[in-house]
Amino acid sequence: MSITSLIALALLGGLVGLDVVSFPQVMISRPIVAATLGGAVVGDATAGLLVGVVLELLALETLPVGASRYPEWGSASVVGGALAALGTPATPGASALALLAAVITAWAGGWTMHAVRRINGVWARRNLPSIDAGDSTTVLALQLRGLAADLLRGILLTAIAYALFRPLVMLVLPQWNLGPAASAAVAVGIAAAVAAAAAWSRSRSAPAARWYLAGGVLVGLAVLVLQ
Amino acid sequence: MPPRIPARTWLAIFARLFAVQGSWNYELLVGTGIGFCTEPALRELPGGRTGAAYHDAVARESRYFNAHPYLAAMAVGALVRAELEGEPAERIERFRTALCGPLGSVGDRLVWAGWLPMSSLLALTVFGLGASAWVTVLIFLGVYNIGQLGLRAWGLRAGWRYGTRTAQALANPVLRHGPPYLARAVALLAGIALPLTIQRVLGVMTAPLSRVAGTVATIPIGIGVLVAATLVATGLAAVLMTCFRGRIEGWRLALVVLVALTIYSIA
Repeated sequence: MSITSLIALALLGGLVGLDVVSFPQVMISRPIVAATLGGAVVGDATAGLLVGVVLELLALETLPVGASRYPEWGSASVVGGALAALGTPATPGASALALLAAVITAWAGGWTMHAVRRINGVWARRNLPSIDAGDSTTVLALQLRGLAADLLRGILLTAIAYALFRPLVMLVLPQWNLGPAASAAVAVGIAAAVAAAAAWSRSRSAPAARWYLAGGVLVGLAVLVLQ
Repeated sequence: MPPRIPARTWLAIFARLFAVQGSWNYELLVGTGIGFCTEPALRELPGGRTGAAYHDAVARESRYFNAHPYLAAMAVGALVRAELEGEPAERIERFRTALCGPLGSVGDRLVWAGWLPMSSLLALTVFGLGASAWVTVLIFLGVYNIGQLGLRAWGLRAGWRYGTRTAQALANPVLRHGPPYLARAVALLAGIALPLTIQRVLGVMTAPLSRVAGTVATIPIGIGVLVAATLVATGLAAVLMTCFRGRIEGWRLALVVLVALTIYSIA
């Protein structure tokens, strides 16, 4: 692991971590984007995309609503995409281990986001007299401080997670006994099940949603067979 | 007639909207963000940046507020107009309070539960059909951001246009009828995307198996059986998860399964 790639990944993780909530929310933090970028940084965008697609299926369940606590998929996907690029996509266990590391990082990322929000709250409370006096410099400073804290959170989370998981993946990968078919089927199967349940939960209240879902499955299977 | 605001002030407000949640916290939520976004326009108040009206307005706009980040644009437009038209402070505060609920729930249903999953599933469909990494990423970002940029720009304009009568803008057909249409699109695209995604991911991740099986079509027989078995298992697992909806989070279940898979694979 070169220090250059670690720094590049950490900076990328910081930017996509910032995109989750703070700025600019253009969804470069979605796994399908962030993991591809993570893979590209270490030289294999396609390996990153494959893990990103599976993480995207998992992330479909997450509603990033207001004060709720949820996994932070952005920085985690950068870590997952970069780890996936350690082997080829067909290396048994490479994608499954990258996914596992990414989900654990996303879980930890949710806690770090909660911590940053609490720190923002402390800063806001301390500055309430200035806010109540209409001091725009204080308002600007709070915004900038919050953005900087979130950027730093993403950078540190990505750097620590990648530095921690990379040697672990390298250690475990040669011990992986299960074949590529079973490993891949379990990983993508559980993620697709989560996505299907999430899609149904989002759409079930709409009129005739079940027919749209059934029609979609038929079209999907037909394309699959025709391919 | 509403007061005139210079174009560069509108640009400054629009740019700041991207950082409206920059200091999100559990005390004021997006409150300081609203103060931050409205501030460039508040400089137009009598007395400018040193006037009492400016300081009072900045203080008012920086208090507790909650809204979906994209529809916060509508609140910003409406609040700027109310402040510049010299509405009484109590009326502006009541208006701010009344805006919080609708702007949160409408945005959540339209974007987080509709537009975002629809864009994701569209990108997954394109991926499943064989698109390259960058085409998949660009399609997702392109589709999603057309929606979110359009919503922010429309929201700011509508908020400014309607001012304290913003409820009329919230009656827009896209906001009222959009979520059910998007929900149906999500259902349709989920049905198409999931089989295609499973097939492509398995096809690439099991490339050595494909070579052993011998390729007579895009999907060799060995992979076809694997894809079919995975699809059936996925369907059953999805039904079970739907039955336990609200009692189990999918990502936690996936974490348990991945840990078990790893332990089994290296034991």
